[in-house]
Amino acid sequence: MVTRGFTGRPRRTEGAVPPGQFVTSDFPVLTAGPTQHVPTRAWELVVTDGTTERTYAWASLRDLGVVDLTTDIHCVTHWSKLGTTWQGVPVAAVLEDAGVADEPYALVSSYGGYTTNVPVEDLVDRDAMVAVGYEGGPIPAEHGGPVRLLVPHLYLWKSAKWLRGIRVMPEDELGFWENAGYHHRGDPFLEQRYYGD
Amino acid sequence: MPPRVRPVRGWRAATVAGTARESASARSIRLAVDGWPGHVAGQHIDVRLTAEDGYQATRSFSLSSAPGEAPQITVERVDDGEVSPYLVDVATDGDALEVMGPVGGYFVWQPGDDVPLLLLAGGSGIAPMRAIWRAARAHGTPVRLVYSARTADRVIFADELRSPNGPESTVHLTRERAAGFEHGRLRAEQLSALLRPGGVREPRLRAYVSGPTAFVEEAARGLIGAGLDADSLRTERFG
Repeated sequence: MVTRGFTGRPRRTEGAVPPGQFVTSDFPVLTAGPTQHVPTRAWELVVTDGTTERTYAWASLRDLGVVDLTTDIHCVTHWSKLGTTWQGVPVAAVLEDAGVADEPYALVSSYGGYTTNVPVEDLVDRDAMVAVGYEGGPIPAEHGGPVRLLVPHLYLWKSAKWLRGIRVMPEDELGFWENAGYHHRGDPFLEQRYYGD
Repeated sequence: MPPRVRPVRGWRAATVAGTARESASARSIRLAVDGWPGHVAGQHIDVRLTAEDGYQATRSFSLSSAPGEAPQITVERVDDGEVSPYLVDVATDGDALEVMGPVGGYFVWQPGDDVPLLLLAGGSGIAPMRAIWRAARAHGTPVRLVYSARTADRVIFADELRSPNGPESTVHLTRERAAGFEHGRLRAEQLSALLRPGGVREPRLRAYVSGPTAFVEEAARGLIGAGLDADSLRTERFG
């Protein structure tokens, strides 16, 4: 099948862009619901396994050690942004410091009520971080600041904005978009966009 | 929690079945889709185009047709865009493309959601709103639309908005003054008044806000500032 009259842009040769994605230099905002405005001094993150629980504030989170990460990000609405730079604390360091049990699943929650489920191995085995900075400055509120989750190797809906909680669990529990027909894991390179892909 | 709406999986062959110029920069494209399952007002589809050499580009577009009507998208040209110039200026009846969906269970309206609706649209964000107002009006649900466009020649669905079949609507132009239009961006007191039809706060109202990010941010923040509960607000941002 050919779409008559469609030529497309000059072809890219690099393999960095997952199937079905196009590269944008913008940073679109896609959020279900209104932007949350959480003052940094009031922000808290609760990490729990249901028994052991630890609460972090801005300073106690940063005390775990902030690292830089340059990475590509991929939104399920087909845009990818290459070479973004973030500052944050690796999720592995947070879970370790909190001393929560070694469970296979996590349900991540946001200020404003958003939730998303992420396998713990996706949080600890790759570059996932609790992000506190974007491109050398604070993370703008519309992009999830002051603190958001960043799981760059999964579609961006897994990178919950306005991060408020991480609960590790023995069983998987679906979050907001996963309940609305989106894929449970969301790997852009496998094009896991929708339920059953 | 959004309703559990399972998307229809897989790419389907589709052809352009009709086009209609909606404004200086926008066009509606009606599609004939193999095995189209029908859709819910507010849902979107993914559209995949294939060039002669096999290169493909995929974008998401809201459906602007009501449930029960043939699937239709309404696209505004982005000047340096890759897909929108083809859809707005080139696509011709019979052209082949592929469609996935319909998709979406959050920015949707279904019969049974029988609360008064307030629709705030900016630019091409009016596309899913047309599906919602047509479905809601057919159902007898009160609908109020406030639409923000840059200039009069960029007002999409202008004829329908002027007709008795359209929703009760107000159109704001942000970059020019013209007779029959409000001028300027939506102000806080206007948003507050929209939540209080007849001067009385409507407690059951649900608001849908769709359009460019800056528009959605401002409108959503204004509605919440005016007292709307965040659970009564659905937003859809177009990049």
